[in-house]
Formats: sequence, structure tokens, C-alpha cells
Amino acid sequence: MSEFTGIRGRAWFKALTGQESSIQGDPPSVLTTDALIGDDKGRFLCVVPDPGGRFPCARRGEVGLEEAYTLAARVREVTNADKDGKKRPIIAIVDLKSQAYGRREEIAGIHLAAAAAADAYATARFAGHPIVALIVGQAISGGFLTHGYQANRLLAFDDDGVLIHAMHKEAAARVTRRTVAQLDKLAETVPPLSYDVRDYAKLGLLYKLLQVANPQNPGASDISLVRGELIAAIQDARKGSRDLRTRLDSEGARSARKASRLARARLEEQWKEQAFTTASSY
Amino acid sequence: MSDTSFSREYLQRRSFIELSARDRAKCLFDSGTERELAGSFDRIESPWLPMQDVTPQADDGCIVMRGTIKGRQAVVIAIAGAFQGGSIGEVSGAKLTAALDLACLDNEKGIPTSAVLLLETGGVRLQEANLGLAAVAEIISSIVALRQHAPVIAVIAGTVGCFGGMSMAAGVSSYVVMTREGRLGLNGPEVIEQESGVEEFDASDRTLIWSIAGGQQRYDQGLSDVLVDDDADKMAKTIQELIAKGVPAVHRSEQVDLYRSRVAALDPSRQWDPEELHSWASKKKEKNL
Repeated sequence: MSEFTGIRGRAWFKALTGQESSIQGDPPSVLTTDALIGDDKGRFLCVVPDPGGRFPCARRGEVGLEEAYTLAARVREVTNADKDGKKRPIIAIVDLKSQAYGRREEIAGIHLAAAAAADAYATARFAGHPIVALIVGQAISGGFLTHGYQANRLLAFDDDGVLIHAMHKEAAARVTRRTVAQLDKLAETVPPLSYDVRDYAKLGLLYKLLQVANPQNPGASDISLVRGELIAAIQDARKGSRDLRTRLDSEGARSARKASRLARARLEEQWKEQAFTTASSY
Repeated sequence: MSDTSFSREYLQRRSFIELSARDRAKCLFDSGTERELAGSFDRIESPWLPMQDVTPQADDGCIVMRGTIKGRQAVVIAIAGAFQGGSIGEVSGAKLTAALDLACLDNEKGIPTSAVLLLETGGVRLQEANLGLAAVAEIISSIVALRQHAPVIAVIAGTVGCFGGMSMAAGVSSYVVMTREGRLGLNGPEVIEQESGVEEFDASDRTLIWSIAGGQQRYDQGLSDVLVDDDADKMAKTIQELIAKGVPAVHRSEQVDLYRSRVAALDPSRQWDPEELHSWASKKKEKNL
């Protein structure tokens, strides 16, 4: 379960699009294609491991410099093409190890590469493209921020192989000076710490958890279920706001993110009050 | 590089990075116009830290201040590196996002309002893991929304630096201002050493660390717009000038083809001397404002 292989991303990309290749000139680690989803032609994107990749620290399913800039380019391609027409859906299939941890990456400013991809997704969302992230495996830290976390709607499989987190468990335990066992124990009462996708679902960030029989090797019924859920999420995103407010207004967030909501409400209140006192003092 | 290291001017300067987060924010405003919002008296604390026997802080290490800078409306959001390494938790993240969104709304109402982010942060607070990561995604989104209307200026001044997901927040900002003491990178040295080995990155090699992520290098390679001395007055003046400059024609993180081609031209079969990337800084920029 904890051993990342990156098989699922490719499997689902192929299952949903019938393709499993990169666009010519792109690194083989970024799969991109346009395929029918409902009545729409959607853009599908997925980061997969490429053992032959140019950058040694980005060969095992990490999002590195090339992956991030390729995602950014392929998302911007769509926003530019649809500028004056119907905004096509963008589907980010997420099964990635993390961001790439390397010296070359830092020297070349991987923070900007990652920012460029997140920027492209956010810009597409604000332009009216419905974006859905389908989390079929791992979605870790900067990798997830780069690919998937800017989506209007997040879908994830209800499965032990799905892992959404800020840091791999062993590293998180070390950094916070705990044992893995202590971390697991704490996570039972502190849901944001948990590595279990069912606990993640309680935070109110997910649109839906999906029950899939075989997440690694999907059959026809799994594929048709996921396809239906994607179409529903796209429709819902089209109706909803273009920002990320749903993640704060959802039923789950109303209890799990109470403190966020309070901080926001207080700030809004005082911002308005201040505007009033400033105006009246003239 | 200005060689003022031992001059009278240097010795008499008022350090910016020695100020508390609150005072750093304060010194950027027209005197007396600033007001702190959702501050310590509101006591909106992290609900998750006490559950883990960590003492929370009444402002969660995030100061939001609003006022005018050279007569223009602005909000300054300062992360306190002294509290939990400036990490982004649920509350500090929510304050940041809400402040950016309120500034955005004001712009939409016809009240031009800029934002300045004073980033002293290691990234996501691991005690609040998934809620911190979610908050960072929202911060990035809100910066992208606001910067269409008004400049969002990221300042990385202190020795904590700006790492993790918050380096992406700096990445999508309109301008990045750094001091020589500041550092900017996605992954901190310890994390790289731990994940990829000491041969890849020796986290105890301070010269290596600053040669890669330090303010001078980021400026020299064109990933930071302004390099400022650690001087509160110079910092305030820099911010005034960038606000006056307004929204850039194109943001750095929008220049995908340019940076993509630069990465394509790199030879990853060997390690590089960071100075090799100085060729990225295409044109002469305003130096040492």
C-alpha cells in the first residue's frame, strides 16, 4: 500500500481515454489527450513514472521541472484555444509520489515550475473551465499542489491505496519528532493528520468518495461508474462558483474547518467596519 | 552589489528582519493609517495544536494589517517565523486567504487595493497537515485572482526563508522582493537530503544552501525582482515603488514557454554551478533599491 508504483494513474488514463501517450515533444511522464466525457471533449492529464527521464530525481512519479512546465503548457493550450468558445472540462488524474527533491531542481527554481502549473490550472478555473481532479492513488504535498489541488471538484477512490497528505508518513513522523505509531495514534483524534482517505473526506474538501471494485485494474462497470461521476462533477462545477469557496462551505467543512470559517468571518466583519470608520472620518 | 557592509549608513540602518512580524508589517504603512484585523485580541487559535500538546498562539502567527501606503489602500499579511517556523496552519492559512479575497472584492468595487505578503515560512504546518496543504492551495488561488487587479508583492527577508507550498505562493505573485539573508525554494535542504541522500544535497553545507536559494542568487538568475538591503526604510520604499508600478504586463509564472525552453536547454547529466543560471536574468533590473 505505501509502496508507490504509479500504475493506477496510467491505468485510469487509458481506461477513460483509450490513450496512454504523451503529446509529441513532451516528456513521457506527462500523459495528455483530449477525449469524450459526456457531451464534452475534455482534456485529460496525468503524471506517470518515467524511468528514462532526463532528471534523476523525477523518474519515479515525482512532479519535476519538466512535468510541471508541461502541465502548465498543456493547460494553457486549452485556455487559449477555448478563449472565445465553450470552456472544455479539464480532468487531472492524480497518482503521484510527490514533487521532485533534487539539487538541480532547486537550482533551476522548481518552485516557479510548480507555481506555473498551479497558476495555469487556477487561471483555467477562473476563466470558466470546469476542472475535476480524480485521485486514484497518491496525492502528496507539492506534487498535489502542482497537479490537481486547483480543481473545482475533487473526487477520490474510497480505497486504502489512496493517500492524500502533506508529507510521507515516515518523514512527517521524523520532522514532528514522533514515531510512526504515535502519529497513527494521534491521527485517530486529529483528522487532518490522518493518512486514511475516509478521514480526509471528513474535512469537507472532497466533492465525493467513489466506491470502485478494482482501482488498479478497472473493469467495465468501474469505468462506467467513474465516467458518470466525472460527468456529474463537471456539471456541478459549471453551475458553481469559479473560486474554491465550496471547500469552505461544504457540510464537512462546517464542522472540520470551523476555525477557518471563524477567522474568515471575523476578518470580513472588521474589514467592513474599518471601511466604514475610514469613510465616516472624512 | 552595493559594498556598504561597513559604512556608516549600514551600521545606522534600522534592520527589517530583526523586527517582529507585526512591526515589519507596520513599518510599511503611512504612519498611523494601519490597523490590525483578526489580531491577538480576537484569539482565533489553532484548534489542532493543543490536541498535540503544542501551545497555540492568539494570532496563529499571522498578522493582517490594512491601511494606506503612499496614500494607496493596501493589506499587508506577515507570517511570524518565530511561531512554529512560520508554518501555515488552518487559521493562519484562512486569514491569509480571506485577506486576499477581501482585497480582491475591494478592487472589484473600484477601490484599488494591493497586497504585500511577508513570507517567513517553512510551508505547511505538519501538525495540521492536510488542512495546511488545503489552505496553501486556496492561498495560491486567491493570489491568482487578486493579481489581475492589483499587484501582490511577496517579500522574503528573514533567515527562515520561504519554502514548501508557500514558495509556490511567492511564485505566482506579481513581484518577489528578497534580501541576501532570505532564501526561496520548494524543498528545504533537510528534506532533500532525507529524500534523495546526502550526495544529492548536504544540508549542513551552508555555503551550498545560500548559493542555490539565497536572495542574491535568486535575483541574479531572474527569479526575484528586487534585492534589498536589510533596512526597514529601504524595504518600505521598495514596496511603495512596486505598488506604484502596478500589475506587471505578464507574471513570471505565466511565462511557461520561456521557462520551459530554459529547462529543456539544461544538461541534467551533471550537477550545475548555480552561477550558470545567471544567464536567465535577461535584462538589467532595478538593483539595490
